[in-house]
Amino acid sequence: MQSVLSIAVDALAYGMVLFVISIGLSMTMGLMRVVNLAHGAFAMVGGYLASYAVRDLGVGYVAAVVLAVAGTVVIAAPIERLLYRRIYNKPELIQVLMTIGITFCVIGIANYLFGPTLKTIPLPEMLSGPVDLGFRSIAAHKLFAIVCGLAVAAALWYLVERTPFGVKLRASVDNAPMAAALGVRTKSVYAASFAIAVGLAAFGGIVGAELLPIEPYYALRYMVTFLVVVSVGGAGSIGGALLACLVLGAVDTTGRYLVPEYGEFFFYLAVIAIVCAFPRGLLGRA
Amino acid sequence: MDANHPANVAAQIARPRFSASADWIGLAAIFASAVVGYLLFPNNLALLTRVIGIVMLVLSVDLVTGFCGVATLGHAALFGAGAYAAGIAAAHFGITDPIAMIAAGAAGGAVAGLISGLVVLRGHGLGQLVLSIAIVNLFHEAANKVASWTGGSDGLTDIAPSPLFGVFAFDLWGRTAYVLGIALLVIVFFLLQRLSRSPFGMLCRGIRQDPIRVAAMGASVRKTLLKMYIISGMVAGVGGGLNAISTQVVGLDSLSFTLSAQALVMLVLGGTGSLYGAIIGTVVFMLFEDFVSAANPFHWLTIMGALLVGVVLFAPRGIFGTAAQLFDRRRRR
Repeated sequence: MQSVLSIAVDALAYGMVLFVISIGLSMTMGLMRVVNLAHGAFAMVGGYLASYAVRDLGVGYVAAVVLAVAGTVVIAAPIERLLYRRIYNKPELIQVLMTIGITFCVIGIANYLFGPTLKTIPLPEMLSGPVDLGFRSIAAHKLFAIVCGLAVAAALWYLVERTPFGVKLRASVDNAPMAAALGVRTKSVYAASFAIAVGLAAFGGIVGAELLPIEPYYALRYMVTFLVVVSVGGAGSIGGALLACLVLGAVDTTGRYLVPEYGEFFFYLAVIAIVCAFPRGLLGRA
Repeated sequence: MDANHPANVAAQIARPRFSASADWIGLAAIFASAVVGYLLFPNNLALLTRVIGIVMLVLSVDLVTGFCGVATLGHAALFGAGAYAAGIAAAHFGITDPIAMIAAGAAGGAVAGLISGLVVLRGHGLGQLVLSIAIVNLFHEAANKVASWTGGSDGLTDIAPSPLFGVFAFDLWGRTAYVLGIALLVIVFFLLQRLSRSPFGMLCRGIRQDPIRVAAMGASVRKTLLKMYIISGMVAGVGGGLNAISTQVVGLDSLSFTLSAQALVMLVLGGTGSLYGAIIGTVVFMLFEDFVSAANPFHWLTIMGALLVGVVLFAPRGIFGTAAQLFDRRRRR
């Protein structure tokens, strides 16, 4: 029973971290139809900036999170303007080539600036201890990750479904030329949602730093995982991404606990089964 | 001008891009580059042989991606299956004749191609990409698990190929392996050129341009693609087998996502849909990588990344595709 609970908590925490990072990728893919393999690179940049802010500048944790997310968006904005805009309507293969190139550059630069070692983001006291839930205690940072995941899901749902910006966003997703003809500035909508996506990636990279440690090859190592989450959930679907993260987080964590010698065998088996059964993703639209 | 307009599509199909005499020029160019490579890098033949093995992998990616339009980030599964098939034949069954090992590699690659094709062809778009990644990772974990057959993470060793035709032993400088590699490449290239101009090759190109119309004409899209996947597996398997013979070890990295992604990058770099593009992309990427990582070990990844971004910005059809386009334009003027 005890182990079932700890697997469940770990799976939930891992799933939520995956969600916070991948939901931005799901947005870019659903909206702009860009296979953005550099998404993990932006999560990594967020982690590095937060680590630098806390350890070298001595800023508080919350301020560091805000600074790092803002910093990542500032770094990403010119990249969107100069590079991504040229590949929005290009074939998939060109997008893969460009975004892998960007990922390589980010890895190389991170390696040069911060060195090849793991970087930690020291947690504030409130998050570093265990939390007593009455029936058992769990690590506070895992609880924090779970709460962050739920908060991001709720906030995004509100933004997309209940605000004027959300209306424009959905209109641009469904039919960009028609939305533009009706006066929606699709380019600004694209730029804004790209910024939100990158900001979420950075936030997820920071919150998940305990589970997915920050190092230069982070961007390549977890790239596949994020891509898998998006395709299993269905690109552009918040609920789908949430469901996919919970299912895949559960499969992966259970596999690691019970049959560690098989590595990620069952994770990928589950991926193949789900994608074959739901070619558009769990909650993707036809 | 709309490339998908039926008239333009018909014009592209009706006018083969290269005449039969150009085929012989291509083969001669491969042969000439092989001699130049031998003379320029006599002490680095192992690298050149590895390049040839990877060229086969990239050619095999080109068969499904460039000809049929199936995007894949998991093609190393076919290459690795060939390498392990050749290696296991030698290490566990005592089949050390190099030609037999290559045949084992081709067979292993074909089986892996059949399995990959059955799974990957079920998806579309992003789903297809992810299925191919899942397949290569599944192969990777499986090979890691059956360590008694594959050597697991230590790699498969004890591969000692016997002399080629009983005469030419595999020496320390890798001369025999290099010559064997060039011979295999010439044979494979010749056969693939035939294949790409055969009715079957035309059908594959047709599927890339409009699968619905091909299905309406009465051809089975799925069966054709599956056949191409098996052929592609044989080509990749030959490359894997060659790699197993020349390095005498097979590691798990030959079944990795990284190698699959690199192969796709090399193909797009050279230009998809043409056999020359696959060869040029691989040679440029691997020699550039070797040169840059030796010249500047700190910044080589950044430079590789900048190269890829530069290709997308300035030569979106790849090196060969863009060059062919320029040449074409000049000739028409």
